[in-house]
Amino acid sequence: MSQPLLNATGIVKAFGPTKALDGANMSVHAGEVVAVMGPSGSGKSTMLHCLAGIIAPDAGTVTYDGRDLGAMPDQPRSTLRRTEFGFVFQFGQLVPELTCVENVALPMRLGGMRRREAEAKARDWLGRLEVGDVASKRPGEVSGGQGQRVAVARALVTGPKVIFADEPTGALDSLNGEHVMRMLTDAAKETGAAVILVTHEPRVAAYSDREVIVRDGHTRQVEFA
Amino acid sequence: MSIGHTLLGLLEHGPRHGYDLKRAYDEHFGHDRPLHYGQVYATLSRLLKNGLIEEHGVEHGGGPDRKRYAVTTDGVTDVQQWLTTPEKPELYMQSTLYTKVVIALMSARDAEVVLDTQRHAHLKAMRALTTRKAHGDLADQLICDHALFHLEADLRWLELTAARLNDLRKQVTS
Repeated sequence: MSQPLLNATGIVKAFGPTKALDGANMSVHAGEVVAVMGPSGSGKSTMLHCLAGIIAPDAGTVTYDGRDLGAMPDQPRSTLRRTEFGFVFQFGQLVPELTCVENVALPMRLGGMRRREAEAKARDWLGRLEVGDVASKRPGEVSGGQGQRVAVARALVTGPKVIFADEPTGALDSLNGEHVMRMLTDAAKETGAAVILVTHEPRVAAYSDREVIVRDGHTRQVEFA
Repeated sequence: MSIGHTLLGLLEHGPRHGYDLKRAYDEHFGHDRPLHYGQVYATLSRLLKNGLIEEHGVEHGGGPDRKRYAVTTDGVTDVQQWLTTPEKPELYMQSTLYTKVVIALMSARDAEVVLDTQRHAHLKAMRALTTRKAHGDLADQLICDHALFHLEADLRWLELTAARLNDLRKQVTS
C-alpha cells in the first residue's frame, strides 16, 4: 500500500490531570473514509484535533504528506489547514452574520480570491449539495439539515485533500443525517479527498471504509480481510 | 414471516393464480429470500382447505391451465386479525456474544478482542447494507434500514459491554 497521507504515532495529550490520548496511533490514506469511533470522552475528538494540527500533542508525531505538523511554524500550518483541509462540525459553525453563499465563499476569500469568483464557486457547491435555494439566506434562517449541507459545501469548496468531520450528523434526525453523510462521502469520493469521521453512531460509521476505535486514550484497529 | 397471511393479503387486491402470487410476493417481500413454487402451492392448498381462499375460475393461456384463487370473507377476517395482532417482541435473552465475553473473561483471555472482532463484522455488514440502500428503491431502503437498526442495537450493546468489562471480569472471576 502507498504511504499514508496522514500519520499519527504515539500521540499523548493531556488536559490538566486528564490524559485524553495516551500513545494513540492512526494513519489515513488518500481518498479513504475512516471512522473514528468510541464512547464519549474516549479521546476521539482530541485525536481529530491533533491530526488536523488544531492542537499540538504533548508527545508523538503527526505527519501530513511527509511533513511534520509539529515542526511547522504557525503561519504555514494555518495556510495548510485552510487550503488542504476541510472541516465539518456537529453544529456547522457557520458565521451567523454572513449568508450561506458568503459562508461557503469565506475560505476562498481568506485565501485572496476575488468575491465574484469565490461566490460563483460557492454557489456551484451549494447546488451540488442541493441547497442552492438557501444561498442568500443566513444560517439562522435554514433548517439543521440544510445548514449542515452548507457546512459540507464550505469544507469541500477549496478542494481539500482531507476532510475532518466531527459528529457531522450529531444534531440531525436520522433521515437528514443520512442525506448529509451520503452527500459528504459521495463528494469526497468524487474529489478524491480523504475523510476522517468522528462519530459514536454506528449507522454513520457505516459510510466509512474502515474504523479506528478510541478507548481510554488508546486506539484499537482491527485488521481483517 | 407468515407466508399464508401475506398471500391472503395479496389476494385482497383481486383473484390471482399461483405464479402471479409468487411474483408479487418476491417483488414486495422476497428481496433476499424468494418463495419456492412448492411453498406457494403448499400454502394455497392449506388456505383452500381452511376455507380462507376459494377457486375462482381457470386461466387459459399458451401453457397449462392455471387455477385462480380469491380470498373468502373468512380469509379477509384472518388478515385483519393478523394485522392487528402485535408481533411478539424479540427479547434476545440468549446471546452467544454475551457467552463468548464471559468465557473469555473466565479464562483470562482478552475479551476486548472478542468485542472488537464482532464490532468489525457488524460494521462490515452495515457497510454492505448502506451501499445497497444507496442503489435501492424505497422498499429496499426500508428493508435495509430495519436490518441496520438491529445491527446498530447490537453495536450499542458491544460499546456498553466494553465499558463494563472490568466490572464484569470481577464478577465472573470472583
